Parts: sequence; C-alpha cells; structure tokens
Amino acid sequence: MKILVPVKRVVDHKVNVRVRADGSGVETGNVKMSMNPFDEIAVEEAVRMREAGTCDELVVVSIGPKQAEDTLRTALALGADKAILIESDERVEPLAVAKLLKELAAREAPDLVLLGKQAIDDDAAQTGPMLSALLDWPISSFAAKIEAKDDALEVIEEADNGREVVTLPLPAIVTVDLQLNQPRNVSLPSVIKAKQKPLERLAAADFGVDLAPRLEILATRAPDPRPEGKRVGSVDELLAALRSHAGLLEGEAR
Amino acid sequence: MSVLVLGHHNGSALSPATASVVAAARKIGADIDVLLVGHNLTSIASEAAQLAGARKVLLAESADLAEARATDISDIMFAIADPYSTFLSAANALGKSAMPRLAAKLDVQQITEITAILGPDTFERPIYAGNAIETVKTGQIRNVITVRTTSFEAAAKGGEAVIEHLSPLPSTGAVKLLRTERDESDRPKLDEARIVVSGGVSLGSAAEFERLVYPLADKLSAAVGASRAAVDEGFVPNECQVGQTGKVVAPELYIACGISGAIQHVAGMRGAKVIVAINSDPEAPIVKLADYALVADLFEAVPELTEKL
Repeated sequence: MKILVPVKRVVDHKVNVRVRADGSGVETGNVKMSMNPFDEIAVEEAVRMREAGTCDELVVVSIGPKQAEDTLRTALALGADKAILIESDERVEPLAVAKLLKELAAREAPDLVLLGKQAIDDDAAQTGPMLSALLDWPISSFAAKIEAKDDALEVIEEADNGREVVTLPLPAIVTVDLQLNQPRNVSLPSVIKAKQKPLERLAAADFGVDLAPRLEILATRAPDPRPEGKRVGSVDELLAALRSHAGLLEGEAR
Repeated sequence: MSVLVLGHHNGSALSPATASVVAAARKIGADIDVLLVGHNLTSIASEAAQLAGARKVLLAESADLAEARATDISDIMFAIADPYSTFLSAANALGKSAMPRLAAKLDVQQITEITAILGPDTFERPIYAGNAIETVKTGQIRNVITVRTTSFEAAAKGGEAVIEHLSPLPSTGAVKLLRTERDESDRPKLDEARIVVSGGVSLGSAAEFERLVYPLADKLSAAVGASRAAVDEGFVPNECQVGQTGKVVAPELYIACGISGAIQHVAGMRGAKVIVAINSDPEAPIVKLADYALVADLFEAVPELTEKL
C-alpha cells in the first residue's frame, strides 16, 4: 500500500516556550524547531510497514514555510521515499490544512494517511478527523497498534473507557498516539542519503483552497502564575497543609 | 442560539463530563439539547434530563448503535445539525474524534478544548500544552467547540428536559468494533482523576515505583502517573505518562514523587489545583513550582505519608 504522512514543523518539545511581551504569540525566532513528536511516530510506523513490505511507497508532506524542508529531510532520513512541501508563510488553520491534504490525496492516491493525533504547538487535534470527513474515508483515532490485513486495517485505539480494537477498510485515515512505537534516531549516513531523495515544492496558494483563517487570535498570554509555594518540613506538616484544604483528601474518584 | 451537546456515557451511566459541557453551553446560548447515542439508554437519558439548563434529550438508540464509532456519531450530529448554531462536546477521545469530522462537514473551523468563555464568540484555550493561553474570536455563524471539562463546574441537577427519540437512524459506517479491552482496575483514569500520584526516575526501579507510588495512590483513590523519564526506564507503561507528549491532567491534587519537573512534564500537570512535590533535591524545578514541597528522602517520606493518611 501507499502511505501518506503529513508532518508539521513545530517548536521542539524540550524548549521552554515563551509568550512575546506584546501578546502577539509565542516566541519562535531563534528557537529550536523539530518535527511534531506525534508525526514522528506516524513516520516511524510507516517506515516499519515499508520495511516489513506492507507499504511499497511512503510519501511525506508538510504545509508551512520554506524551513519545513528541514522537517521533510528528517522524515526522508527516517526512511520516507519522497517529500512534498506545500509552501505557505501564513498561519494555516486545520480546516484549510485538511482541504489542502484532500487535494493532495486526490493527486497522490494513497491507501492510508497516517497522522499524529495532534501537533504540540496549537494542540488542535483536528486535521486527521477533518480529512476523514472531507475524503469520506473511515478513520481510526489514537492508534496504539496498527496491523495491516489484506484490504483492511486492525487498529487498537486508546478510547475513553480503555482500549478498543477496530477494523476499517482501506483507503483510510489513522491518527497515532504515543504508545504506538518509539521512533528511531536518525543516523548520519541516512541524513546524507536523504539529500538525494526527491523533494517537490508546491505553493499552497495554487491549490484553489480558501486559506483565510476563520478564527482571529486576539491575544496570547502566559498562563496564570501559580501562587507562591511553601516548603514543609515534615510529612506531618504536609498532611496538616493538605487537610487545611476542605475536602481535598477525600479521595473519592469522580 | 441553540446548542447541541454531545452527551458522553460508558453504556451504563452518564459521564460527569457531560454536566460540565452543559454548564459551558449555558454560557454560550440557550435552548440546549443533549444528544445520546447508544443502546438501552433509558436510565442514562433520565440522568441527562435532570441537568439544569437542558431543554431536550435526544436519543439515537438502537442495538447497532451500542457499538457506534466516532464516525457514526459525527454523522448523526450532521444529520440533525440544521436548527443548531453551536455544537459542543467534551475534549475527550470521543469528542476529539467526532467533533472535527462534524466541523469539516459543516465547513467550520473548530475551536479545540476551551478553558474559559469570555463572550458568546470569544474563548480562551491552552496552546503548547498549557504553556500559553490563546484568546480566540470566531467570526463564523456556526461553531463547533470542544471543552476542557475540568475548567467548568458541572451543571446542577433539577432540570426537566423532554426526552425525544430520533428516527430514522442512519446505519453504522465502515469502522467496526471487534472487541474492547476495558481497564479492569478500580483506579480512576489519569485524565479524569481528582487526585494523581506520579512517580519519577528517582524511584530507581519498577519495583520501587510499585512499592511506593501505588499504595499511596490506592489510599487516596488516585490515578497513577509518571514522568517521561520513568516511562522510558520502563518503570510503568506509556499510558501513565503525564506531560506534553503524554496526558495533560488537571486534578484537584497532584503529588509528584521524585519528579524533577522537566518542562515537558510540567506542561502536562501545571493545571492541577494543588501540587505537592516530594523530592530529595531542593534545587529541582518542581520544588519551586509546588504549592507544598517536602525536601526529604523519597523512600522514607512517601511510605510515611501513605501510612499516616
């Protein structure tokens, strides 16, 4: 099967993000950027399917600024065959991302689109399900295990009341969760090899999709500061402090 | 403005999340209807009908729908969407799967996981796992919104909503449930628990994690969490991970045992109402962050706390 994995360039998860003083957003200048960790898990899973022979072509795509090429090169180094950059310097909302991916899916004809369950910058968690609705393809969300079975997939999902095992026919959309795998480290030889792999550049504006944001971001602020903490000298003192909060230790599960 | 709320339940009882979503709905509009999808919903429906502020409880009820997937639920919501201008759900796994599908079908840009309602069209939501808060204003006539339920007090009881059966019901779609692997432990779920006890890499081994963290959690009827480092060391399964790449929790009480407080962990728990840190290192970031920090030997302090509770 052919797999398409969309990847997003985000602020690295180890960076302590800072809100700009003027409230215009989060500081992204001079900050280490990386592939969204959940997308990395999606790429890893697709590479494993490629290595196992269930996938015969793995295409990665990123929608974003020119620098997103770095993210695509990382995905190529991890084992993708081909990369596509859909370039846009503006903020593209998930609905517009899903519309761009729908157009790309029509062109690339993948059997499976594997996505991270969410990006760790805007935490929207929308692109996968939106793409499923636009393409009218079935979706399995929050995959902890994916098994290819003929023209179908069997997926273990992280659901609200435990794990659920579902089957869905291809073509399909699957969003991946943390438990699915542990992505490999990129080796230097594979980074060098990745430079030879094809990377196609397209302009988002050429897709005939309305890219104008529907939501206005009025302000971005730091979270409310936590009240000044207190050192306690012993377990007894700690217990007394906790018991001063009415009902805190009742321990009734909701 | 009429509001359609997706009701959450586990097949036998209404999820408390639903009451919080109804409370959020009351801040956005009037005429709030709650949709329940499943089978044998009678008692769940009467629970939902008591939620203050609910006008109607709509039942999509059939044997097939006992195993309804998020795809089926979003299709049902789309089929009855006409009279509504706002669609709300908890931002749990079901809400996160179903609501963006509904939004795309309605050509609406969804607003994910709001934590405050500043006006009918203006909301606050956390980004970067809560390290920043964004104020968003929608210019859309219709809106699809998911709600962080821990940010809203549950709607009170005392309502008298009318219960209505929907028909005809759409057939279920291409995704089929094969089996469920229910969590059989009595422990509450990490992202719903009132109290979370978490362990870090300083515990040293899976055996020590088991010996120190679980008894304290059991005594408090708490969920068990862990730092990424502790998960990477194999002390506990990945599903226990609290942090930016794990679960984001906002319990009443969070007790961090031997957790240093790396950025990515703090991102997942800084929304807790009361944070306790038990750590031997007075310089650990979590000691600064905590409401109550006990700098002590973990291996003595944690069992002592468990004992004295």
